[in-house]
Formats: sequence, C-alpha cells, structure tokens
Amino acid sequence: MTYVLTGDSAPLSGFAGMRAKVTTLDPRMRIVMTALYAVVVVSLSNLWVLTSALGLSLSLLALSGLPPRETLKRMAMMDSFIIFMLLLLPFTMPGDAMFSLWGLEASWQGLWRAVEIALTANAVILAVMTLVGTMEPVTMGHALFALKTPERLVHLMMFTIRYIDVLREEYQRLRTSMKLRGFRPGTNWHTYRSYGYLIGMMLVRAIERSERILAAMKCRGFSGRIILLEAFQLRRADLLFAFILGAALATLIWAEVHYAAT
Amino acid sequence: MPLLDLQDIHFGYPGLDPVLEGASMQLQPGERLSLIGPNGAGKSTLLKIIMGLLTPTSGRVTAFGKPCLAEADFHDMRRRVGFVFQDADDQLFCPTVAEDVAFGPLNLGKSKAEALAIVDRVLSRLDLTHLRDRVTHKLSGGEKRLVTLATVLAMDPEVLILDEPTNALDPDNYARLTEILTGLDQAILLVSHDPEFRAKLAPNGYRLVGRRLERT
Repeated sequence: MTYVLTGDSAPLSGFAGMRAKVTTLDPRMRIVMTALYAVVVVSLSNLWVLTSALGLSLSLLALSGLPPRETLKRMAMMDSFIIFMLLLLPFTMPGDAMFSLWGLEASWQGLWRAVEIALTANAVILAVMTLVGTMEPVTMGHALFALKTPERLVHLMMFTIRYIDVLREEYQRLRTSMKLRGFRPGTNWHTYRSYGYLIGMMLVRAIERSERILAAMKCRGFSGRIILLEAFQLRRADLLFAFILGAALATLIWAEVHYAAT
Repeated sequence: MPLLDLQDIHFGYPGLDPVLEGASMQLQPGERLSLIGPNGAGKSTLLKIIMGLLTPTSGRVTAFGKPCLAEADFHDMRRRVGFVFQDADDQLFCPTVAEDVAFGPLNLGKSKAEALAIVDRVLSRLDLTHLRDRVTHKLSGGEKRLVTLATVLAMDPEVLILDEPTNALDPDNYARLTEILTGLDQAILLVSHDPEFRAKLAPNGYRLVGRRLERT
C-alpha cells in the first residue's frame, strides 16, 4: 500500500517529496543497513578512516539523487546542536597545550576528539538522511513492523503521523480565534494564562478525540490488533546495494584495525 | 423482529443530571427513521448506548433479536451495524483511503486479497475510485464524508447509523450523499438537524423530548 506514498501519483511533502532514486530500494533493507552503518561508523576512531566514512556518506548522497545543497544544509542544522560542545572540548580535555585563551589552555587531544565527534556525527546523519530520511513516514512504519518492531510502537508512530496535522490545525484554529479577539502575546500574566488555557484546551480535545477514534474503531470491529496491508519484496537491486555497502563498511573496519596496528 | 430494540433505557453521566429516563425505540428491517431533538438532548448519547460504547444504568438493548449485555455481545452486533461519526477525522485514522476502507473487512477476518477486492468494489460503487490511494488527512471535507460512508459500507452492514452526515457539506457533495443514501437498501437511523435532508431520507422517526423518545 505504501508504494502509493512514494510513487509518482501521491502528493508528497518535505524531504520525501524530492523523490530520490534510493526510494526504489526495499525500505527494510535501508533501515537495517543504516543501523549497521551507524554502529560501524560510531565505533571507528581513526581520523583518516572517519574522513573516508564521511566520503562514503557523501557518495551515498550523490547516488541517492537528493539535492546536495539542501541536504547538506540540513546536515549543518544538526551541527548547530553540537557546535558548543565541539568548541568547548579542546578547553575541557587535558593534554598537550595548543594555545591559551584568557588563561584557559586548549589541548591538541581535545581538538582531535572534537574533530572525531564532528566527523562521526556528520557521516552518520548524512547516511540516515539519504537512506531513511527519503522514506515516507508511513512506509517507515510499515517497514519497522515488517522488521518485527513491537506492534504498539508502530501503531503509536502511525497515529502520530495521522493526527499531528489534525492537532496542528486545531492549534491554529484556536490561535486564530484568539488573535481575532485582539490577543497580543506579551510578557504578562494574561499571556501566560491564555497560553496555559490554549495548551490545556488542546490536551482536553486530544484526549476526547482519542476516545472518539477508539469508539469509531470499535464500531468497525476493532479488537486490539490492526492488520497492516503491506508486503515488501527484496529484489536483486536491494541485495546488490546491501552487498556493496556492506563491503564498504568491511573496508572501513579493516582500515581502522590496520591503522591501529601501525 | 426489529433490528434494533431499545427498552426503557435510563442513563446519566456521573455527577450530572440524567440524560435519558425510560427511552424506548424500535427499528424494523428496511425502515428509515430520523432521530431529532435539541442540542444536548442526548441524541449522541443514545447512539453510543445502541453501539455499546456507553452502558445504560438500566434498560435493555436488543440487536437482531439477541439481547446485548456484555462487550462480547456488542462485538457481534457492531459487525452488522455501520456507524458514521459526526467528525470524519475521528473515523479516518489510516494513512490512505484504501487502508481505511480495508480496516473493517480485515477486522471481520477477511484476507488481504479479499479486503482489497472489497475496497475496489465499494469505492467504485460510490464513484470514489479516484480517491483510493489518497492520503486521508489531505482529503476535502466532502470527500472525507463520502469516504467514511465507504469505510462503513465495506463491512456490508444491515443497519446504518448516521450522526449529522450533512454537516458542513457543499451543495454538490450534499446531493451526492443524498443520492447514495436514498439508493441504499439498509435500514437507517439518522440524526440530523436538516429538515430538508430528513424529508428526503427519513421523514418519520423519533423525537427526544423530556429524556424520552416520542414517535413523530
């Protein structure tokens, strides 16, 4: 059923809408390979090997057919979360002095560690974006289910996908009606209280809606299990892709071991 | 034998005034009844009691000749009674239209292939085949309404219960819905504030006054 969400006919949004070449591959294989990729890259520590891992991620990006500029911009957005840790690391790790700033010593070891973390994080996030991020959320839910993820978690995810928009619209409607009655947020109790009411009202409505949804599901014979209409197929192209990526990962591990020995 | 038979239903939400005191009604095979009453009179409550979503403090619900007492009895009756909710967003919870229509048949124990065949059959019957692979939350209000009807008809119910089906429909979709519903052979219990729609579909029925049902 999900082919309709990744195919040409469905109106797509966001990242998945860019219709990457990689979307034709089996989603289950993509999830498994991404997990494997992340584990391997996180366990690497040699800077040269990590740089080649980032290179591998970049070639995945080139293969995926995603627009490189937007994708790299998204990757940089993730970097903004860790930038402060990276900047502080040279000052907090003891080691050989590099330079001193306002009496604080920066160490070479800290710098290398920061570079290592930055390379690892970017290589992994880029691979996740190209292999998993190109998947429609619903496809991902179905693929996770096919990979034996607990049913409850998958359903939780599917319901979130389905209702997040409804909740957002509800929020927008309430906000609009507040605005139309002259509400201007400021730093005062009236604003805090009004936002409190807004959030409270959304919670109450969400709970009531969930009860109505359950009632509607029961009326259609729901008895605790949702049966998913989905069948994935592992094709030759999938196996080939998995094999090549696996070989590349094996090479990275070999290089890491090789460098550690010398 | 009436399809639905309510005898002397009493009900009140905890801590509030009673909503129903001795409400009784029957729905015969092939009959189309409307249920009217002012806002907050307890129409939706009554529908929930019929479907076993609320338990009355006293009184008896009998469906298809069998008394419905415990949740298990209602499991059986819910397969034969189709309920269309007031807010379509409450009913359409699957990502795509096809999956949502297949949900009911799959619950009835149909195989995936059978369920998909039912999906195609129901959608083509309602002339909605073009919506088959659409994402449910991106449908328009009118499309959502027609799809909710399809999800219920996919279970091939003997009785249809409709809660304000014409709410916020444009004239085109209103006409479509009227046409579809008048063409069905199921017994119908309709809750609607729209006199014109009632006159077309179910001119007779019950009025909820003073916590009781009166035949109109």
